Amino acid sequence: MIDIKNLCKDFGEVRVLKNITETIEKGEKVVIIGPSGSGKSTFLRCLNRMENPTSGDIIFDGVNIAKATDKEINRVRQRMGMVFQHFNLFPHLTIKKNITLAPVKLGLMTKEQADERAEELLKTVGLPDKADEYPARLSGGQKQRIAIARALAMNPEVMLFDEPTSALDPEMVGEVLELMKRLADDGMTMVVVTHEMGFAREVASRVMFMADGAILEQNEPEQFFADPKNQRLKDFLSKVL
Amino acid sequence: MDGFIESFKQNFLENDRWKYLTNGLITTLEITLFAVMIGFVLGFLVAIVRSTHDKTGRLKILNFICKVYLTVIRGTPMVVQLLITYFVIFGSVNIDKILVAVMAFGINSGAYVAEIVRSGIMSIDNGQLEAGRSLGLNYRQTMLYIIMPQAFKTVLPALANECIVLLKETSVAGYIAVQDLTKGGDIIRSQTYSAFMPLVTVALIYLVMVMILSNLVGRLERRLAKNDRH
Repeated sequence: MIDIKNLCKDFGEVRVLKNITETIEKGEKVVIIGPSGSGKSTFLRCLNRMENPTSGDIIFDGVNIAKATDKEINRVRQRMGMVFQHFNLFPHLTIKKNITLAPVKLGLMTKEQADERAEELLKTVGLPDKADEYPARLSGGQKQRIAIARALAMNPEVMLFDEPTSALDPEMVGEVLELMKRLADDGMTMVVVTHEMGFAREVASRVMFMADGAILEQNEPEQFFADPKNQRLKDFLSKVL
Repeated sequence: MDGFIESFKQNFLENDRWKYLTNGLITTLEITLFAVMIGFVLGFLVAIVRSTHDKTGRLKILNFICKVYLTVIRGTPMVVQLLITYFVIFGSVNIDKILVAVMAFGINSGAYVAEIVRSGIMSIDNGQLEAGRSLGLNYRQTMLYIIMPQAFKTVLPALANECIVLLKETSVAGYIAVQDLTKGGDIIRSQTYSAFMPLVTVALIYLVMVMILSNLVGRLERRLAKNDRH
């Protein structure tokens, strides 16, 4: 579904992604872990070109995201939801407007259709009574669930999660992970950057370990955690588990 | 006290001199209103060009033109700009002086509005832009529906203050013989040879207008602050 070939990304003089080649299949739940500064967020952000790759190709359904025109990239992004560490809800809009803005403005749904879809999604994320609230009135966990609903409103084929629980108070992590797990069970293709090892173990179909801008090891979760081969990964796991 | 009343009569009632003030006030308000409108339109356009350039690196030539405009307007005195507009740019054209004043003050105000609005746009967290773009909205849509409404709310009090500043600034319109409020008072002074009464009255009229506007700005700020507590 997403073919990544020789992906490199430089920030100034520093090469943060070193020649990554990888394929993500439809329906996979790929969880990326690794120490901070390893390039995992940058890797994820290259997938919908929030970051411009320095070189290499990212092929999604025949479109080379790395080299696509602005119009093409906008169309690709409509099919790839993204959830951010800091939620990035639109504070000047109600929850319902947050969810319906993009599908309506992009002409994918009428206002009525979008409103209906928003109400459905609010039920899915367990916040049906918040439609007319503003984001500032919600807790962190609620905000992130709305952010997920907002991304889902576009009916994406892939969801990218950039450390979705890192900015949350500990007691709110569970509700967001629970929602993500349900999404995974529904068959959504997911790429998740996270520090939640429990989530990786339970939900991932494949876990990747990134360090120094490269994928050093990957495996299905049971093997990955039970029998790590790479020394860096062993060190990392011994610190976080 | 008798002297005061006598002076009042002489300065305002004799020969209907009060009309210099009322007509002047209307002219002042006219110039301010239209200059504010030009200033806002110009300012928003310049701010959008400048911040688009800062965020995306595009619009290099337009950005350069805007920078020249800002530097020139903010680097030279208002009176000089007014004189140049009237005597140089429109020197050989027969054109209404008030229109010239409106343009000069509007172009001047635009530069300050531009920097206010730009600061508002730049104050919005980049995550907002990313969130909009990640949903597939293009840059223009993201600016229009997500960034600008928030930026506008942030800078609204500063913009209102710019209106107040402009109102007072128009008092130099007399340099090109526009009979605004200040000039009106000055004409009375030159006719009656008494300075105190007409000039202090002019000052009071400005003061009252500014106080009313400031009060409105204050209310606006409180209302916006209340909305933020959502």
